[in-house]
Amino acid sequence: MLKNFEPNKIFVITSKATKYVRGLFFIIVFIGLIEALILSPEDYLQSHSVRIMYVHVPSAWISLGIFSSIAILSFLILFFKNKPSILIAKSLAPSGLVFSIIALVTGSIWGKPTWGTWWAWDARITSMLILCLFYFIYIIAWRIYQDTEKVNKVTSFIALIGAVNLPIVKYSVDWWSTLHQPASVSVFEKTSIHHTMLIPLALMTAAFALFSLLIFLMKYNTELIKIKNKGLDRL
Amino acid sequence: MINEIILMNGYGIYVWSSFLFTFMCFGSLYIIIKAQLVREQSKFDEKFQTLNPEKKKTASAQETYKGILEINSTSKI
Repeated sequence: MLKNFEPNKIFVITSKATKYVRGLFFIIVFIGLIEALILSPEDYLQSHSVRIMYVHVPSAWISLGIFSSIAILSFLILFFKNKPSILIAKSLAPSGLVFSIIALVTGSIWGKPTWGTWWAWDARITSMLILCLFYFIYIIAWRIYQDTEKVNKVTSFIALIGAVNLPIVKYSVDWWSTLHQPASVSVFEKTSIHHTMLIPLALMTAAFALFSLLIFLMKYNTELIKIKNKGLDRL
Repeated sequence: MINEIILMNGYGIYVWSSFLFTFMCFGSLYIIIKAQLVREQSKFDEKFQTLNPEKKKTASAQETYKGILEINSTSKI
């Protein structure tokens, strides 16, 4: 299946898809913002500060999702020498880093009115900070190493080591006593969030996912043109 | 109504700063990635112009080069 992602085949699609993804992002984020900031109700306990959830939670979900994808792609690169995965993994990293920073900063802002502190070294926050550092190291590694073989190996190792942290981020609230509450939204169990809050959360998650797709497509095209620029030198 | 949306029972400063930070990050990331894309497209354009006609023909026949040339001719900033 990954053969369909070979640069020569996919460039025409990725270059045209950006404008449609951008348009869809603006529509969904506009509706999502109205729902999140105006229409959704305040929480009986947290009052209006609960609205921070609509940027904090999608950012955390997407940064986790992107790193999981990078780890799977790195496994394919390292053990199956799958070349299309290299560009895809590299292009996913910038939006993943930004989403992890957003999750940390908005979480810190939410912590002040809720817990009375900007920062606490609890398991969820610390593991999320480690995830952010792994993103940072991963991106830096791409800049440091020039040798193609070496950079592929080093970045893949970083991603696979970082993947060990992913279940810790996810299950830290169940394994340890933390300031964070256990998960309220689950794929396999009944969600404990009321639909008036679930709708804006879903809309903002969709909007953020579209934004990360947009950044991925633009970065992928940039990397592809870089390769072709080198190709022109060799013609 | 407007006051309630802005102040949010005293939580407005936390809510608005979170949303503002998020969208500032989005804007910055978009600008950086777009600038990288435009820079590489311009480099490609320059290099392509310096090729001799025969090499231009060879490059133009390839699918990806065709795609890049198409983009460069429609979305210059």
